[in-house]
Amino acid sequence: MTEVILFGLFAAVALAGAVVMLTARNPVYSAMGLLIVMFSMALFYVLLDAHFVAAVQLLVYAGAVMTLFLFVIMMIGVDKREDNAETIPFQRVITFVVAGGLAAVIILAGRQAWVTGSDAFGTPDLVGTIETVADSLFGTWTIAFLSTVFLLTIAALGTIALALFGPTAVRETEPEDGA
Amino acid sequence: MTVTVAWYMIFAAVLFSMGAAGVLLRRNALVMFMSIELMLNSVNLTFIAAGSELGLIEGQVAALFVMVVAAAEVTVGLAILVAVFRRLSTANVDDLSDLRG
Repeated sequence: MTEVILFGLFAAVALAGAVVMLTARNPVYSAMGLLIVMFSMALFYVLLDAHFVAAVQLLVYAGAVMTLFLFVIMMIGVDKREDNAETIPFQRVITFVVAGGLAAVIILAGRQAWVTGSDAFGTPDLVGTIETVADSLFGTWTIAFLSTVFLLTIAALGTIALALFGPTAVRETEPEDGA
Repeated sequence: MTVTVAWYMIFAAVLFSMGAAGVLLRRNALVMFMSIELMLNSVNLTFIAAGSELGLIEGQVAALFVMVVAAAEVTVGLAILVAVFRRLSTANVDDLSDLRG
């Protein structure tokens, strides 16, 4: 019963956060809405006995990624409010129809498998501790893990390259920026 | 009454659709990025819920990989956004519609 209450409570909180993220005109409020969703996700992971992933979720998403977002928002300027005027006719209506249709299709497509469920053919009552996750990550999936290491290194190098080789354009516009 | 995996799947489907709506609706590139993060997170939830249902640790490992890819994507994406902003002083995707640099 506790699980049902926690799920209902934090599902409502996460949906409210997502609505705030979608509707807020100030990007800082959007970031805060996303932060609420991230925290709720971490709680769902705990409910599903994925304790290590829940900790990583808090550290990586709520910590690093959201800090990066807020940093860029502050850098780009928080005073720039978005005007909500539609540039494409019926954009909002079309968006709601498409998104609602997408949700309906996903739920209808997966309904059969979700409701009937399947037999657990792995370990029953699996708990995602550091040990069990690491056994799989560094055992079966070593190559995939090393690929992500390369991916992160390349992403970091790309970011540095963008910061280093971008300034030619900045120097051209610098007098305007300084004004 | 217990929480079954179907609850998590339906919840994740709703969150994913809201993220898709955000990408279609918003014109601030930062908020569009946040919507993409929302979609990635909802997919993570389905991975972990399915892994918990089937008793497989691979669900959590897949979620970790998604997190790594998302972190790399955010890093590069925000760097591109800052580079665009330094050049054009805007983060509105409507102002970025011409392909001239």
